Amino acid sequence: MSQISVTINGEHIQAEEGMTILEAARGAGIFIPTLCHHEQLESYGSCRLCVVEIGTGERKKVVASCLYHISEGLVVETETEKINGFRRTILNLLMHRWDNIPAILLEKYGAKSNERFIDNMTYCILCGLCVRFCHEVKGANVLGFIGRGTIRQVVIFPNQSAKYCASSCPDEMECLHYCPTGVISSQYYGSRPADGQALPHAAPVCINEDLNILEVLERVGHV
Amino acid sequence: MTKLTSVSALEALREDILSRRDPKKTKVSVCSGTGCRAYDSEKVIDSLKAKLLDQGLNDKIDLVTTGCHGFCELGPVMVVYPEGISYFKIKPDDIDDIINETLSQGKVVDRLLYVDPEGNVITKEHDIPFYKHQNRVVFGSNQSIDPENIDDYLALDGYKALATCIGSLSPEEVLEIVKKAKLRGRGGGGFPAGQKWEATRNAPGDVKYVIVNADEGDPGAYMDRSILEGNPHSVLEGLLIGAYAIGCQKGFIYIRQEYPLAVEHLDRAISQMRELGLLGENILGTGFNFDIIVHRGAGAFVSGESSALMSSIEGKVGEPRPKYIRTSISGIHGCPSDLNNVETWANVPIIINKGADWFTSIGTEGSKGTKIFSLVGKVNNTGLVEVPMGMKLHDIIFKIGGGIRDGKKFKAVQTGGPSGGVIPEDMLDLPVDFDALDKVGSMMGSGGMIVMDEDTCMVDVAKYFLEFLADESCGKCVPCREGITQMLHILRMICAGEGKPGDLELLEEIAAMTKECSLCALGQSAPNPVLSSLKYFHAEYEAHVNEQCCPAHVCKDLITYHIDPAKCKGCGKCLRNCAVGAISGSKKEPHVIDLEKCTKCDTCFLVCPPKFSAVTKLSGKEEL
Repeated sequence: MSQISVTINGEHIQAEEGMTILEAARGAGIFIPTLCHHEQLESYGSCRLCVVEIGTGERKKVVASCLYHISEGLVVETETEKINGFRRTILNLLMHRWDNIPAILLEKYGAKSNERFIDNMTYCILCGLCVRFCHEVKGANVLGFIGRGTIRQVVIFPNQSAKYCASSCPDEMECLHYCPTGVISSQYYGSRPADGQALPHAAPVCINEDLNILEVLERVGHV
Repeated sequence: MTKLTSVSALEALREDILSRRDPKKTKVSVCSGTGCRAYDSEKVIDSLKAKLLDQGLNDKIDLVTTGCHGFCELGPVMVVYPEGISYFKIKPDDIDDIINETLSQGKVVDRLLYVDPEGNVITKEHDIPFYKHQNRVVFGSNQSIDPENIDDYLALDGYKALATCIGSLSPEEVLEIVKKAKLRGRGGGGFPAGQKWEATRNAPGDVKYVIVNADEGDPGAYMDRSILEGNPHSVLEGLLIGAYAIGCQKGFIYIRQEYPLAVEHLDRAISQMRELGLLGENILGTGFNFDIIVHRGAGAFVSGESSALMSSIEGKVGEPRPKYIRTSISGIHGCPSDLNNVETWANVPIIINKGADWFTSIGTEGSKGTKIFSLVGKVNNTGLVEVPMGMKLHDIIFKIGGGIRDGKKFKAVQTGGPSGGVIPEDMLDLPVDFDALDKVGSMMGSGGMIVMDEDTCMVDVAKYFLEFLADESCGKCVPCREGITQMLHILRMICAGEGKPGDLELLEEIAAMTKECSLCALGQSAPNPVLSSLKYFHAEYEAHVNEQCCPAHVCKDLITYHIDPAKCKGCGKCLRNCAVGAISGSKKEPHVIDLEKCTKCDTCFLVCPPKFSAVTKLSGKEEL
């Protein structure tokens, strides 16, 4: 891969062609916040905290830095007033799903919960890290999403779990370590959910209950 | 049917079909599109068929069962050619008169004719204002075509454009024509189709795909459905021409499972093409190979988004993918894929047949050709209308649409579906094209046009569209999922009289973020209904928040019902109809509503005879 040069926050940086903005920035020690990104996994682009502005003047636009690939001469701004405002709004919204977002993030962007928002405190921000780890690294597909829109949630598919959990993760549920909110490890750290049991953050419908997938789907109105 | 092995064989078949048809022969065209079917047009057709046979007229009169004619408000619709006599709201009982008067003696059955709002009776289709002001380039042939009979399409120069392209033009030449015609995508964004084709053509890779986006999902929009139901071959011919220009051997049609008639007609059209050798290998002996797979979507609105649609075709969940690399470069299975909407494809054969210069002579500087709109809502003539780009909103709604129902006042028109916005009365002079609608904060979208009258609450409208989007968002990214959730929550509070100062600013803050940070076009456009209504109807929002008043008297929590004692004649109609016994009063004495018991079901308001109009709705400071 050849080296190309990009400008991030006014700083000229050499980076490898094919890198994303996020990789190039982090390589140069420039901080961009993320919640759904993991080096080991494919970029997903769901939390949108990593948004940055690219281009100059009239042609400026907002892109997700974890997905946007750099090109020669690309100009990137990671901390403009507009971008930080967007991050604040995103964090404000997320605080109503997860009330212990790292203080360092909240303080940096001045985020705070808003009494006009409705709470949906599932402690799961649907970043999909556990789902993607299980799929991409383990090839097991024990975890998945069900539901659409505002009722989307993470569930464990019982048949897949019975088939793959023991062989894929013989010592402990490795997906637990990928959860940024800690919701999995807080209750289940080191212990495997029994077959047919949903992960806790798939609450409220399937926590701590023996459900098969048909029942799960039925409960969220998908069958 | 024998396979056509050359362009001249196709022309010979066309000659043969035309030689067997007499243009002077009486032809009865009856609409059997979904709209007219809902009015029992099939019974009308069955009855007509049986009676023509009974009276031995079946040889003298051609009966064509067609797709949608457009004037859905007055279905079932019938046109008698060659005179062009138009009949509306036909019942099976009317068939005898139609046969005995019109078909046997050439007399007109007056009671089935169109009557305009001034009371004038109009006989001929082209004199009716609804049709007169349209320019039905794409949609007009619907009423001459039985969608299940390929002969009807061939008789109207069907597949002539394809034969021209693959028989005597190079792919580059075809591409040039479409580029020169400046055809823009009719599905939403209005991206130039020629450029999209070219990008796919030039993208590296041997395997490329063309796709028809028939996942029409905007509430109230049904033009793509009606094209596929009524004239499926026009879309298929366009697709083949695109495939030839781009260099594809395989195409997909992504169609909603909820459109059973469109799926049926499409499947039949495709098998007819196969029989005739218009699909498969060496089409018309030109060496062009192409085949089509019909993929039925399971009904997710977001699957109309290009990358989600392609994921769905691949057998994955229909969720959008980041599109920093365009699908024209990397689409289905990473192959270059060109996606255009139904109406866009249907325009292609017309452009080839009539030329790019003819096409660009219609429309405005930036938007060429015509556009079909679903004109629905509180307008007199609901239906599908096709107009040249640049026609004023006012002309569409008042000249073609016949104005607002029940003499009410126009308030706003919503264009572009859930991704579009509302346009107020003082902008009715706006010429309708891609750029003008964009500029005022709405969009063309796929062509939904919902007309709203004075009884519509704009906050309630914004809430309605967000409710739709909350269901239809895929839920993958935070700005769309959480942004819509909280905007909807705030709107619900405002409509319930729980709005607080700062709510409108908060809505604007979330909307701005959702618009710029969402992953796909659904999220990026989701705030439009909120932003445009906030912009043009700010006072109405303020009334809700500051005065707990719904000026349109729609939001249930903000209104009370009241009987005006000066107007009430004590007829007792409201009293008898009230389901909860909230109304009391003696005969011929003014009645009273017990607000404690009243559930605001609106029944008393609706049943109070118009000559009294004693029941009124009050809100905010109007309250007694």
